[in-house]
Amino acid sequence: MMTFDAIKGVGAALLLAVLATGCATPKAYDYSAFKQSRPKSILVLPPLNRSPDVKATYSMLSQMTHPLAESGYYVVPVALANEAFRENGLNNADEVHGVSAKKLREIFGADAALYVTIQEYGTSFKLISSEVTVAAQGKLVDLKTGQVLWSGSARSSSTENNSSNSGDGLTSILISALINQVANTLSDNAHKYAGITSERLLSAGSNGQILYGPRSPKYGTD
Amino acid sequence: MKSNFSSRVVVAGIVFGATMLGGCATHSNSRALYNWGSYQQQVYESLKDGGSSPEEQISALERDMQKAQARGEALPPGYHAHLAMLYGKVGKSDQVRQQLEAEKAQFPESTTFMDFMLSKFKK
Repeated sequence: MMTFDAIKGVGAALLLAVLATGCATPKAYDYSAFKQSRPKSILVLPPLNRSPDVKATYSMLSQMTHPLAESGYYVVPVALANEAFRENGLNNADEVHGVSAKKLREIFGADAALYVTIQEYGTSFKLISSEVTVAAQGKLVDLKTGQVLWSGSARSSSTENNSSNSGDGLTSILISALINQVANTLSDNAHKYAGITSERLLSAGSNGQILYGPRSPKYGTD
Repeated sequence: MKSNFSSRVVVAGIVFGATMLGGCATHSNSRALYNWGSYQQQVYESLKDGGSSPEEQISALERDMQKAQARGEALPPGYHAHLAMLYGKVGKSDQVRQQLEAEKAQFPESTTFMDFMLSKFKK
């Protein structure tokens, strides 16, 4: 027979356990599907553009190879893939995003595909200043199983500065310096922020980001 | 005048310090796997409206490729294949095949797509 006090004790222990677990792993990203799939190669699809600027899709598309390749993946040549889509009558990103995983794997032989949506791209004019912003979200999908391996989002803006950057020390200081430098050049400004957003969205190395791929010396360490 | 001079020294010190800091950061980060040259810029030129001509893109990529090879540094994924596409646009079919084969040799992960591209050029 359990006494009332014993039940209370068990209840308190359970509550403690729940609280402790909650504290210990507040937002550890679940990489189980990613680790099971272990993709080697990634096909980057032309991003969907939800901004008013038609340049956004190719601006982002041309700058997403660098972070993925430096993270250790083979990246299917983006301009060739884009040409292959067009030759098959798929003239915009929305149509390309509708192609089945099986078909993509058949033609490109990639293990995974990256689906990106651009939410913001360009300059918004405020009362006393203007702001250049590029924001995007992405998901990595296994082309054999159709399973989502990872998803995330990133943003960069001309109004960022050191103090507002919650981040990893030197890297964020350097990124801020880069941003300040970029802010002084007027031509094709958003394209440069698209580069920064791409790096933030698709670089391996911290919780919530993609994992290192097989061509990185850090493969398997995260 | 004197205060002007000392403020210059301070500025020089800050610039020097920042450079050292920058240098440290790039080294402590993992070294780059590839020599990118102007690859992504050339990809953008080829995709966007009103970009430079295929001939200009080819000469930029050939120049960067020589620099990377002289340093013994690897070219990034897609570089050879992209160059192949540009050679195709200016009718240099021998070089198309050569570059598609180079992509395949450097990155066996590209085999399926490169074979697909090569089969188009066999005709």
